[in-house]
Amino acid sequence: MPKVTIDNIEIEVPEGTTILQAARMIGGDVVPPAMCYYSKLKTSGGYCRTCIVKVTQGSAKDPRPMPKPVASCRTFVQDGMVVQNTTSPELLEARKGVVEFLLINHPLDCPICDQAGECDLQNLAYDHGAAKTRYDFERRKFEKIDIGNKIKLHMTRCILCYRCVKVADQLTDGRVHGVMNRGDVSEISTYIQNAVENDFSGNMIDVCPVGALTDNTFRFKSRVWFTKPLDANRTCTKCSGKVVLWTKGNELLRVSARKNKYAEVEEWICNDCRFEHKNMEDWNVEGPRKIEHDSVISQNHYENIDLQKLKLEINRQIKHQGGKKIKEVYTQAQIENKK
Amino acid sequence: MGRKLLIEHVHVPGIETLEVYRSKGGYASVEKALKTMSPEAVVEEVKKSGLRGRGGAGFPTGMKWSFLAKPPGVARYLVCNADESEPGTFKDRYLMEKIPHALIEGMITSSYALGAHTSYIYIRGEYFYVARILEQAIEEAYAAGWLGKNILGSGYDLDLYVHIGAGAYICGEETALLESLEGKRGNPRIKPPFPAIAGLYGCPTVVNNVETIAAIVPIVNEGGDEYAKIGIGKSTGTKLISASGHLNKPGVYEIEMNISVEEFIYSDEYCGGISGGKKLKACVPGGSSVPILPADLLLTTANGDKRMMTYESLSDGGFATGSMMGSGGFIAYNETACIVRSTWNFSRFYHHESCGQCSPCREGTGWMEKILHRLENGHGKMEDIDLLWDIQRKIEGNTICPLGDAAAWPVAAAIRHFREEFEYHVKYPEKVKDPNHFHKQSFISSKQSVTI
Repeated sequence: MPKVTIDNIEIEVPEGTTILQAARMIGGDVVPPAMCYYSKLKTSGGYCRTCIVKVTQGSAKDPRPMPKPVASCRTFVQDGMVVQNTTSPELLEARKGVVEFLLINHPLDCPICDQAGECDLQNLAYDHGAAKTRYDFERRKFEKIDIGNKIKLHMTRCILCYRCVKVADQLTDGRVHGVMNRGDVSEISTYIQNAVENDFSGNMIDVCPVGALTDNTFRFKSRVWFTKPLDANRTCTKCSGKVVLWTKGNELLRVSARKNKYAEVEEWICNDCRFEHKNMEDWNVEGPRKIEHDSVISQNHYENIDLQKLKLEINRQIKHQGGKKIKEVYTQAQIENKK
Repeated sequence: MGRKLLIEHVHVPGIETLEVYRSKGGYASVEKALKTMSPEAVVEEVKKSGLRGRGGAGFPTGMKWSFLAKPPGVARYLVCNADESEPGTFKDRYLMEKIPHALIEGMITSSYALGAHTSYIYIRGEYFYVARILEQAIEEAYAAGWLGKNILGSGYDLDLYVHIGAGAYICGEETALLESLEGKRGNPRIKPPFPAIAGLYGCPTVVNNVETIAAIVPIVNEGGDEYAKIGIGKSTGTKLISASGHLNKPGVYEIEMNISVEEFIYSDEYCGGISGGKKLKACVPGGSSVPILPADLLLTTANGDKRMMTYESLSDGGFATGSMMGSGGFIAYNETACIVRSTWNFSRFYHHESCGQCSPCREGTGWMEKILHRLENGHGKMEDIDLLWDIQRKIEGNTICPLGDAAAWPVAAAIRHFREEFEYHVKYPEKVKDPNHFHKQSFISSKQSVTI
């Protein structure tokens, strides 16, 4: 198995591991940010260039350094490779440049954007961006497009990560979704505005790192940090039925897939679960969802609340509405035990 | 007079027909290769010749060919890159338009050497009429038995197709070209794997420039050693140079790579001096993406040596005081030219042609263009010059394909060598608002002026 050294930490990884995956195995600060790479989507990555790293030694066999920074998400580890990420000031400077490029045409309309609070670009800008923009020209604008009646495309915010294109390519059949035009006027589009009618098209919303693809059923309902995320499940014939419910008071505002700490979906969910089951009684609530990757939501310390109280409260609200009673609320530990 | 290997017969009437081409010794290399040589022997000759890729990067062709993977039972392809779109470069068009059979002959010999049975010529959409000429020539070659099944009774089969692109500069990047040829959007692929391992339809593929493939003909005919005798050092053979700009005799010239830049510009055999009796101010020696050089650094290197028209000499001194041979798009500027305007023009081109796949190039090229536009039109600020420098530095090397570098280099070189001119644009906004500002009052920095 090849051994790779990233920021002076050595790790042994299976053959065919990328530098980014190896860094994720180490964890912590070593992990480069990734805006376009998505481990569940084949051929994703390599476009945004935020995950670039410096390879100071190609391999044990050929110790020459690589001449340019490489995209860690698409470069495979070789035995004896030495990689610099946070230990190289030039690289951090280059990454800062990439973040600046991603932001110059982004509208920075976070105050009115539904993605704010769970936005990968926002997080990236906090970590690697500059405090002030040097761009003083007009930013590009596009008209909003409906992709079907459930998904809204606001191309102005898009950073062209191609993740949604890969979802359309790999999860749905009869692809009618791709990139049109080129350069800084390229746009994500369904072919001549064909609606994407497919059971898994909603996953585009979850993979979008910015607010370009949003859930039409959730738009402008609430800021995400005012909602309470709950793990829940239902028996679904199309998907695993394992979701996160975003609730506010007794209202279920949004259903989304569960994401891991790298903001990647754990299991794809179907449109039926996502859009058509907006009643609490449709779901078996497992407990509060711990959100690690989004600072704003995790600031709520929501996971520390008393589960029994929560159960009583939800049941009270459901009773008030005359709905079905929630069977059981499990703690995180109980769920682990069950598994 | 230097030797001409590629365009010797260009002025022979009817050279575009097989009959006349054959009467001038055409298709001899195919006969020689198929009848007397093994494919490996052809590759060996190309290695000996020291031929370097004529598309811009100058990678040794023999070495590129020897990298081609040869898994059994998998097709191999040769693709000719005729997507010549670099501003300032028009040598391939000239060659294909005038002597289409030279390319076809090169394709047959090279395909034989590489063991390819299907080969493609990917030509840019704007060269539609050239594609017609090539198709006509291919038809003639099929009819005469130079293409198709069992060529010359050797048992070697080859089909040759012309594929017309839709007119995108990015499709000249080899992996974008392959994507486009496969019928997909012309976006560069992420490398590795390189085309020599997984190229067209996932099969091992060699992509070569038109001139490179045409040069295979004299190499096979005369032998690699003979070809290597022309030129200096690792720059062997002849090179087509497309000269444009403020020259008395712009055009396509075939040079032996042993003449000096000075001779090329001023001798009557080639460009015949700078037009309008003006002084030479600057020159882009290898197509729009290579660094621009001021006259003094163009004619002599930083060490004081005469600069020659070779790969090594043109890049002598690195980017600090040198440039590149590139694709041979030689653009000369006299003292009436505005370097800021020219840089803006190049920047506008790269902005327009960026595929938009990776962020530094997609966003950075547009940003640079806007700043240069502002500077050129007298709305710039002094900080803009440093900002431009910083932007180009952050694009260079951080992109998937070399288009990002190609967009960054001209801007970097213009600021490096002509900063005074940028500052002039900020200091005298009223003067530069006139688009012909340097026509009325030429601008040339005293240290860069060269009198011949």
